[in-house]
Amino acid sequence: MKLSYQSVGTVCIYCGAGCGLNVQVMDGRLAGVLPARSHPVSQGQLCAKGWNATEFVEHPDRLTTPLIKRNGRFEPASWDEALDLVSDKLAAYARASGPDALAFLASAKCSNEENYLLQKLARGVVGTNNVDHCARL
Amino acid sequence: MMESSHMLLDQVRQAVAAALETLDGVVALSVEHANVAPHLFQPGDDLGSLVLEPRYPLALTVREILKRYPEAHIGVVARGCDERSLVELYNWKQVDPDHVTVIGLACTPEEAAECRCAQPYPTAVAVGEPAESVEDAVLAEFMATKTREERLAFWQRQFAKCMKCYGCRDVCPLCFCEKCAMEEPTWVARGRLPVAFPTFHLIKALHTAGAGKCVECHACELACPADIPLSILYSLLRREVKEGFGYEAGAQRTGNPPVFLSA
Repeated sequence: MKLSYQSVGTVCIYCGAGCGLNVQVMDGRLAGVLPARSHPVSQGQLCAKGWNATEFVEHPDRLTTPLIKRNGRFEPASWDEALDLVSDKLAAYARASGPDALAFLASAKCSNEENYLLQKLARGVVGTNNVDHCARL
Repeated sequence: MMESSHMLLDQVRQAVAAALETLDGVVALSVEHANVAPHLFQPGDDLGSLVLEPRYPLALTVREILKRYPEAHIGVVARGCDERSLVELYNWKQVDPDHVTVIGLACTPEEAAECRCAQPYPTAVAVGEPAESVEDAVLAEFMATKTREERLAFWQRQFAKCMKCYGCRDVCPLCFCEKCAMEEPTWVARGRLPVAFPTFHLIKALHTAGAGKCVECHACELACPADIPLSILYSLLRREVKEGFGYEAGAQRTGNPPVFLSA
């Protein structure tokens, strides 16, 4: 019989330490985490976040669509609608108070390339150096 | 004479290839981009990525795969500690021995010394030469140099380092409970550090080593980011269970762990 078990080596998305994880995948579904013993940073040890690094993926509280607050309530919206709203508001604030009225928070859950693009947007397009991120330990 | 690690590796690959002629898969370690992890080799797979180190608790992987595929028959490249874990999982009715084939790998004397292992080989050795038993010098030093008061102070200091990652539980091949007392709010307050002394750590100790489950694989200690020497505590409890109940986890398939008798 054909079995489907994979151990996928990756890096923890929670902080700047960058611990090594082996994500367990069974039948194409996440099935837990094992520490990566040969990883030079973490050497087979993880914190509580690393052990549970995959929990958010299928968590019922996870947002699966953009939400826009209308009349005091969050309502599901399309990406086009959400991005138009964000860009209109950012442009309005920058015009009214200058680009340093804005800050850009990058994320450890994105790739290096995505974070590069975010700071490029901040510096090159909006014109502010207010860039920071959650992994700055 | 000691065989070179190259020869051992070749022999393991040959044994796995032979096993895959009849089995659905074999659990062993595999290296990809310098990352070693448990892997399920299946018939027709290239065995070139199969490696022997660093050690993972492979019985845990076997347990999880068979939980998902109870009909499968899988092999595992098992060291002494992996085999003992499997035997204990058989005794606790968590893994069906009829669905597991052990390819026994004896640890080298160097590996045995590193793990301070009393039995660095499985009962049936397919590859390697059984190395001699190694005395646990860490445990011996603890017993020889500390008074009762010093031991209490020692554990207070050690347990205060705990960041409550639950790694010692998550990595343990014998921690198979669906509901864990270490997450029971009656005993363990959520979101509080340091953890209550000594409740948190004694729950783990009593529910594993104290229940006659600990096979001294030391996976918990290796996974501890606070470097708490958990093996000292668990080995002492393992001794107590042996003396009090004549039961040694993983030693033989009795089907009767001591807590079953008092149930």
